[in-house]
Amino acid sequence: MKALRILSRNIRDSFKGVFRNFSLSLASISCITITLIVVAISIILTFNVKNFTTLVEKDVTIVAFLDVDVKEKDRQNILKEIKKLDNVDKIEFNSKVSIANDMMESSETFKGIMKDWTEDENPLQDTYLVKVKDIEHIGDTAKAIGKIDKVDIVKYGEGMVEQLVSIFDVIKNVCIGMVVALIIVTAFLIGNTIKITIHSRKREIEIMRLVGASNININIPFIFEGLFLGILGSIIPVCATIYGYTYLYDKMGGKVFSSIIQLIDPTPFVYYTSGVLLLIGIVVGMFGSLRAVHKYLKV
Amino acid sequence: MDLIRLKNVRKQYKTGVTAIHDMSLSIEKGDFVFVIGSTGCGKSTLVKMLYREEKPSSGKIIVGGIDVAKLRNSKVYKIRRKIGVVFQDYKLLSKSTVYENVAFALEVLGQPKSEIYSKVIKALELVGLKNKANNYPHQLSGGEQQRVAIARAIVNGPKLLICDEPTGNLDPKTSMEIMDVLESVNEMGTTIIMVTHDIDIVSQMNKRTILLDSGRILKDYAKGTYKNESIKNTK
Repeated sequence: MKALRILSRNIRDSFKGVFRNFSLSLASISCITITLIVVAISIILTFNVKNFTTLVEKDVTIVAFLDVDVKEKDRQNILKEIKKLDNVDKIEFNSKVSIANDMMESSETFKGIMKDWTEDENPLQDTYLVKVKDIEHIGDTAKAIGKIDKVDIVKYGEGMVEQLVSIFDVIKNVCIGMVVALIIVTAFLIGNTIKITIHSRKREIEIMRLVGASNININIPFIFEGLFLGILGSIIPVCATIYGYTYLYDKMGGKVFSSIIQLIDPTPFVYYTSGVLLLIGIVVGMFGSLRAVHKYLKV
Repeated sequence: MDLIRLKNVRKQYKTGVTAIHDMSLSIEKGDFVFVIGSTGCGKSTLVKMLYREEKPSSGKIIVGGIDVAKLRNSKVYKIRRKIGVVFQDYKLLSKSTVYENVAFALEVLGQPKSEIYSKVIKALELVGLKNKANNYPHQLSGGEQQRVAIARAIVNGPKLLICDEPTGNLDPKTSMEIMDVLESVNEMGTTIIMVTHDIDIVSQMNKRTILLDSGRILKDYAKGTYKNESIKNTK
């Protein structure tokens, strides 16, 4: 009961603290708002880049060209062998007839040349299209497929894929690094602004100590105050994320420049991002306050 | 029965200055004691050690049965709840009303609202400020602000009230009004230790008076024996 009374008093006092020291609270709230907007932008950018790279990576396929004279039995054997490989995700068979049909559909010139081909005259090769689980090991998987009997050659964009993967890795790491750095900078900025707010309340802390408030008693209202500052400061960034990103997504039709660069669907992405922003605001607000009060406590 | 007992207390600051030298002293429960002496003689250090704002370098300080010197920083609140402290600069919360300022001391202890209300009103009645409960400190005179500080210090019924130059900012008439309030607090059984420079007050009050000089007790006048002339030079 006593603990409940102290807790409710602390919540009430922290509310009062925010509004009684409004100009300084506003400074903290503005600082939280601005930095969280920057964090929100970088999170949205990072995840969209990550999404784009993942989509591109998913599209990378190993094409295994089978020998011209393969029979159905050979094809089944090859399929069985490919399936045995750990890194293989999906396998699709594309017969030389189907390839020829696709080519004829895509161009009148091809149609003119190929339309009279019988199956034996078709010089194209049957293929297996293989998607891998881990693109970083695509080279090894391709090599293993190439060694299977009756597989002629294997292509997956050697060199280019590896380069693309390493570029994407760098981009991803830079983006993640940026978000982490921004969060640290945010924590520092918010912490300092709150420190100034608390500094003006040094006297209050001194009086609290004087009348017999324990360190926990002194800390709690300020922690709550930090929490409220964090929540208030997160309102605009959260709204901007939810409404701003959804608006942008709708306006751009879910893609940037071309359909290759697809944006992440707003739901549930914006809600997760908002949750992260709110959490950063709250945690940084609380710890910022705690750190600032700590300075004036003899512990 | 002793409320306060100091045994061979020495306080040396980090700067190397020794503020208190081997001081032994006892103060009985219910006493009213003045601590006087020239600036820098160790008066404030002495009372700061009593409410554990400062820690003695050596020796023993027992206040209300608690060995203050051994108290860890995180446990200081235990002694503070038994002691009321009044300062020259009042130390009031400027953005809180008189009522809120006094109630603050009880709220941090988690006392129920109804109990807080009756105790605060009682304390404000004692200092004669019940009708100003809703005023803010800046709406009060210096004497009234000091009375609010006294009300806050006594609202929890402390065994000991420490006053560090409470009349330092006040005119003689207002100072005597404050002394009347302190006298009535003392009559209710609270032990009072008051640090002051105001020799006139000390002379008029006829209480036990401890004269400090360079961190040592120069003289300890029993109740009614202090003579103004004795410390003319310390003023």
